[in-house]
Amino acid sequence: MAERIGVYVCHCGSNIAGTVDVEEATRWAGENLPGVAIARDYKFLCSSLGQALIRDDIQEHGLTRVVVAACSPHLHEKTFRRACANAGLNSFLLQMANIREHVSWVTRSKEAATEKVKSLIAGAVARVQHHRPLEPTPVPVNPHTLVIGGGIAGIQAALELADAGYPVYLVEREPSIGGHMAQFDKTFPTLDCAACILTPKMSEVGQHEHIKLLTWSELEEVSGSIGNFKARIRRKARYVKEETCTGCGLCIEKCPRKVVDEVFEAGMGYRKAIYTPFPQAVPKIPVIDPKSCIWFERQRCRACEKLCPTNAIDFDQQDEILEVDVGNIILATGWDLFDCRRIPQYGYGRLANVFTSLEFERMCNASGPTGGRVVLRDGVTEPESVCIVHCVGSRDSHYNPYCSGICCMLSLKMGHLILEKTGAKVYACYIDMRPNKKDYEEFYQRLLEEGMLFVRGKVAEVTDVARTPPEEGKLIVQVEDTLLGKQRRIPVDMVVLMGAIEQRRDARETGLKVGISCSMAGWFIERHPKLDPIATMTEGIFIAGACQGPKDIPDAVAQGAAAAARVAGMISKGTVMIEPVVATIDEEKCSGCRICNNLCPFNAIDFLDDEKVSRVNAVLCKGCGTCVAACPAAAITGAHFSTEQVEAEIDGLLWDAGGDGEPAPTDQPELAPAATE
Amino acid sequence: MERERFEPRIIGFFCNWCSYRAADGAGTARVKYAPNVRVIRLMCSGRVDPSFVLKALASGADGVLIAGCHPGECHYIEQNYKTMRRYAMLTQTLRALGISERRVRLVWASAAEGTQLAAAVDEMVEDLRLLGPLHWSANLREEDHEAAFEHILHEHEQAMEVTR
Repeated sequence: MAERIGVYVCHCGSNIAGTVDVEEATRWAGENLPGVAIARDYKFLCSSLGQALIRDDIQEHGLTRVVVAACSPHLHEKTFRRACANAGLNSFLLQMANIREHVSWVTRSKEAATEKVKSLIAGAVARVQHHRPLEPTPVPVNPHTLVIGGGIAGIQAALELADAGYPVYLVEREPSIGGHMAQFDKTFPTLDCAACILTPKMSEVGQHEHIKLLTWSELEEVSGSIGNFKARIRRKARYVKEETCTGCGLCIEKCPRKVVDEVFEAGMGYRKAIYTPFPQAVPKIPVIDPKSCIWFERQRCRACEKLCPTNAIDFDQQDEILEVDVGNIILATGWDLFDCRRIPQYGYGRLANVFTSLEFERMCNASGPTGGRVVLRDGVTEPESVCIVHCVGSRDSHYNPYCSGICCMLSLKMGHLILEKTGAKVYACYIDMRPNKKDYEEFYQRLLEEGMLFVRGKVAEVTDVARTPPEEGKLIVQVEDTLLGKQRRIPVDMVVLMGAIEQRRDARETGLKVGISCSMAGWFIERHPKLDPIATMTEGIFIAGACQGPKDIPDAVAQGAAAAARVAGMISKGTVMIEPVVATIDEEKCSGCRICNNLCPFNAIDFLDDEKVSRVNAVLCKGCGTCVAACPAAAITGAHFSTEQVEAEIDGLLWDAGGDGEPAPTDQPELAPAATE
Repeated sequence: MERERFEPRIIGFFCNWCSYRAADGAGTARVKYAPNVRVIRLMCSGRVDPSFVLKALASGADGVLIAGCHPGECHYIEQNYKTMRRYAMLTQTLRALGISERRVRLVWASAAEGTQLAAAVDEMVEDLRLLGPLHWSANLREEDHEAAFEHILHEHEQAMEVTR
């Protein structure tokens, strides 16, 4: 072995050194592992001093390979690759041993942890000898960006990019952008009117020269990789020609079919079969819902077509597939409300005057079904008392263990609106009040002063079964007041359930289309929960807003802007470097059996008819290595994950498999498995 | 004298995108599990050449744990299905070689399932303790090898008969 390997073992403060005898592992590696020229331990290798240590050693001691035993390569592989490159060593001649996440943090016994660390270092040392210098491939970044979701996070992301001069495709599945924010009346804690602050942004999106707005459209499929994605977008038939429609609204006025609007009005109001969800919709162009349109039902009517002054109605329209080339994709798909029917004891769906928070939002909204009046389900009676139930489907191990984050403030805002509009008595039954951001606590104090009544306890039941005359005809909220230490039955006219914020029901499928995954609770997984909440493990795919976790408006806006900034940075740089982890076929060895051809889902392997061999198209290859494992002639090499490298790692990891736990003698040419038993 | 508890050696082949991150996640969450598994990071469970598994067992591992993305959630669209196919084939071979299938496991773990992955490791370690050490390279005699390979060839021929 001619390689001169430097082994660096990190203490990571006490993160590793607390459970692992770092000095012992380092000493052992230096004395026992073949090829190791130098072995050092250091407090924090990722610090600039730690990196300088590696850099200087490479130069002074002529190291040809580096092993860093520290945290997960997902965290610091880039850091140490850079350290190697700075010293003039090819950055792929580095191997990391993950002794923090995979050892010190998960192992109880220090002795066992130290032994495991030795194995992982031995594996890395054995593997790194077979590493080959590789160069990352520069790839040009397409300046177009695809933003999925036209809620406030997506709007913000699209505007930031477009204002920087970069073209954006904004895809929204509903007829208008605006998302959930457009449904709200006021926003906490400032009580800004949601429409007043949102609609200027919406019309800016609608008119922006760099934004191609694709509403009533859905993402079908994504292929390619960072810098050069190809996205297929289904433009659902609108049955209204976008170029000709002026948005006069005559068709909506004349449409004879009224149906309950389950989406925008949350089931509280009606829309026509041809509709825009709300007056300030962007674009103002309506859509015909074929499920409710009389023409699609029984081939009659076409009133809209007859009356349209610009002949914009087109019943023959078909879904269209639009293919766009983009460099990056931002997912801002938002959230769905918890289905409150899942908690039957709260009576939603059975007791008329139990409302969800979204229904209540629509009721408070001046352009909503009641014109902003807070009334019972009968549409006329003002409630004299209202109870807001917190944590419905959140902070509940039966449904969602997480805190929805926004409901406390939502409840306070609703309390304020009810007090302002009706003078009713307002109760809020809460587990904990969590108004934890700027000006939130002050808003809570304000509501305490305004006379909202707070009962600390999780509601057991909402019922209409009266036990006493004052309870007759009321909804009774059964709750243990944990501050009084007493059961209470609170008779009220109206109950509002603060349903949990949940991930979109189809988020998993969306994630699969772009190659990102969801957490146990359903949220899209970020690259790092603290330091990189907007990037994902798939390069070029970003997440913003509530699809990453429950979020209020300012946080969603901040993430939208952050994702846009990240994308803009890449576009302005012009190229990204991608990992050269691809497969190559040695045509000398290839027998032309074509077994590999069908294994590649990216069609990266072509069969050359003339030469009767297969060849990998490096641009299409994603480097999974499935073909490498399948080739019967071992003609395919997976760069950085070659058979020699993996087999050497196996040997190294099993250095102690001789049985007596003693290290293999250093004079052995290889870490051959001892077969003594 | 009480015998020392057997500590099996397990080689793990973990997918970079899901299981390896799950193991990282278990670490970040300080989930404690048995230290017996030594993980090799691969880009995809589809990279697991069955010969890697045999090589690991021959080099002294008592078990092999292959972990990939859940079916339908492969980072490379469908390569974990190919892992499933290979795994089915591999268990046949292992059986023919007289090695218990319990020694080579295929599990699915998404990046969020650190706790589940840790539990799977613990469970496998317990199971391997029951099975005891493999000592494959030391225990298997040359003639057994030959008989086993004869058997595999015979099985293969039979399989080809059926398809014809």
